[in-house]
Amino acid sequence: MSAVDRHHIHVTGVPGAQPIVFAHGFGCDQHMWRHVAPRFEDAFQVVTFDHVGAGGADPSAYDPVRHGSLQGYADDVLEIVHELGLEDVVLVGHSVSAMIAVLAAAAEPERFARLVLVGPSPRYTDDGDYTGGFTEADIAELLESLDSNYLGWSSAMAPAIMGNPDRPGLGAELTASFCRTDPDLARRFARVTFLSDNRADLERVTVPTLVLQCTDDVIAPVAVGEYVRDAIPGAELVLLDATGHCPNLSAPEATTAAIASFVRS
Amino acid sequence: MTPDDPAFQAALRQDDAALLDDRAPCGYLSTTPDGVIVRVNQTFLAWTGYRREDLVGRRRFIDLLPVGDRIYHETHYAPTLRMQGSAREIALEVVCADGRRLPVLVNSVLDRDDDGTPVVIRTAAFDATERRRYEQEVLAAKRRAEESEARALRLAQTLQQTLIPPTPPRVPGLDVAGAYRPAGDGRHVGGDFYDVFQVATDDWVVALGDVQGKGSEAAVVTALARYTIRAASVDHESPSDVLRTLDRVLRRAETDRFCTAVVVRMRRAGGTWRATIACGGHPRPLLRRPGGGPVPVGEHGHLLGILPDARSTDTAITLGPGDALVLFTDGVPEGRRGAELYGAERLVAVVDRHRGGAAEVTGAILADVMAFQSGEARDDIAVVTLAVPPADGGTPADAGTAG
Repeated sequence: MSAVDRHHIHVTGVPGAQPIVFAHGFGCDQHMWRHVAPRFEDAFQVVTFDHVGAGGADPSAYDPVRHGSLQGYADDVLEIVHELGLEDVVLVGHSVSAMIAVLAAAAEPERFARLVLVGPSPRYTDDGDYTGGFTEADIAELLESLDSNYLGWSSAMAPAIMGNPDRPGLGAELTASFCRTDPDLARRFARVTFLSDNRADLERVTVPTLVLQCTDDVIAPVAVGEYVRDAIPGAELVLLDATGHCPNLSAPEATTAAIASFVRS
Repeated sequence: MTPDDPAFQAALRQDDAALLDDRAPCGYLSTTPDGVIVRVNQTFLAWTGYRREDLVGRRRFIDLLPVGDRIYHETHYAPTLRMQGSAREIALEVVCADGRRLPVLVNSVLDRDDDGTPVVIRTAAFDATERRRYEQEVLAAKRRAEESEARALRLAQTLQQTLIPPTPPRVPGLDVAGAYRPAGDGRHVGGDFYDVFQVATDDWVVALGDVQGKGSEAAVVTALARYTIRAASVDHESPSDVLRTLDRVLRRAETDRFCTAVVVRMRRAGGTWRATIACGGHPRPLLRRPGGGPVPVGEHGHLLGILPDARSTDTAITLGPGDALVLFTDGVPEGRRGAELYGAERLVAVVDRHRGGAAEVTGAILADVMAFQSGEARDDIAVVTLAVPPADGGTPADAGTAG
């Protein structure tokens, strides 16, 4: 099965235009980008996809060895980029996908034009002078809480509550699949996500990079965003006036504007 | 009961909004879209020990959660709520004023104004202390079940490996290839076995058999059969004597399982091999010579381990260059597709078609019968091919491309 089939890929926008690929973070799927990605369809070829284990991706594509590290997820992104024949790619990664984007761009810098890292963290647990924000005990507790929410991942979501006022009829289909994740794979992905250390990979990034940081993010605090900016040569940081870890949902306007001013320049 | 009923009226009088708020059997919170608590009911305060003024306008819902749950809240719960407008049956813990943790199940809805802008999140929390304890027990039991299943699978595979030679048999001057495919998904030990071992210089025994049934009890008998054949072959040159010993051993063993087997004594004489074949209730091997089609050789003999006086007969043949002898269990001809059997004719045809080395023949049989069954074997399958290399010193593959 091709990478395009495995990852439930959606391609919209202008065929042949510069590609912009949106990668979702841990805990959700490509719907995270629903308020942001369409705003680039006027001038870009817009690609969204689901990581294995999330959303509509083929669960049988999960390989415990390959996906036992973020590099495996980065290799998935590279496969998608290759199969679609994308060049000069703008890669936007949210949450853990920010580090996945870093690894992909470090591996094949010639493929990528720019990186946008939304709420990045190269390491979630504290280590010496480095403050990631969490202790290892915190992460162990997270893994336990994932077990408690075995149902919450997959089936207990209320169907079709919100709908889409602009496009009635679209709502039901979309809401039926929001953020559904194979609980076992979510747990494994959590382990890989929250126990990875990619600090040393940051300096390998050679493409222009934007860090988008929320003012009040318990997952990736401002200090961590600044660490990422300082470690990636030439990176810039934009502070979004948004709380929480998902500005693409809580502040889609500001998120879109910040990405646009970086990639449309 | 009707609305006029006094009891109905009494209950209705108790149901004004304020009383509902304070006497509700669930905790209730309203928050801004960012999670800042704007309203909390008495039940939630009573459960958690906070004062209203500690929470309203001061704390976000996420501040009341332990760290692990905060991550879950931020990465899954909040996004789901944003996109879907609701989230249900989310298992969280609330850190109470005294540090105690209260397991809760939470349902939330996100209300929007007419423009679709999020306005308020309404959250109901249900005390789930007992339920959580029970779920943890269930989860622990599930883990134990998974572990024991994995152990059983490892055990089955380990046991299975003892029923066939650990490495592909290598016999000087003879091309040998065996294959084994247990029925089903590989979680159960099968009852087929084969063995190739040396008795003296240029003197070998090839055995293949099928113990009735499968699973660990069959595996015990299979191991007994395999090692009995090994031991008996030291004292008995005649394969039928070996089978007679096996029959006696099985009948005395504390099992009512029976067995079929074929034993072939192979003695090398220059460029040819003298093969003495005996079957105990087992499908007769196929002999294929360069000039003709495959034919069964030997006598069928009696089942082993069940009859008081099982008999089998030795049949001696010479295998010359280019000849091949194919041993198989009934899992091959009795392979099924619906009601249809794979059958002897298909087996003969595939052996006729593939005239290369032993590995090619064995592989072709296995592939053909598996394809016939759409990849899922109903019964164990064991195949061993013995091929005498062609006289020109090449492999049989060089000589036999006819087909």
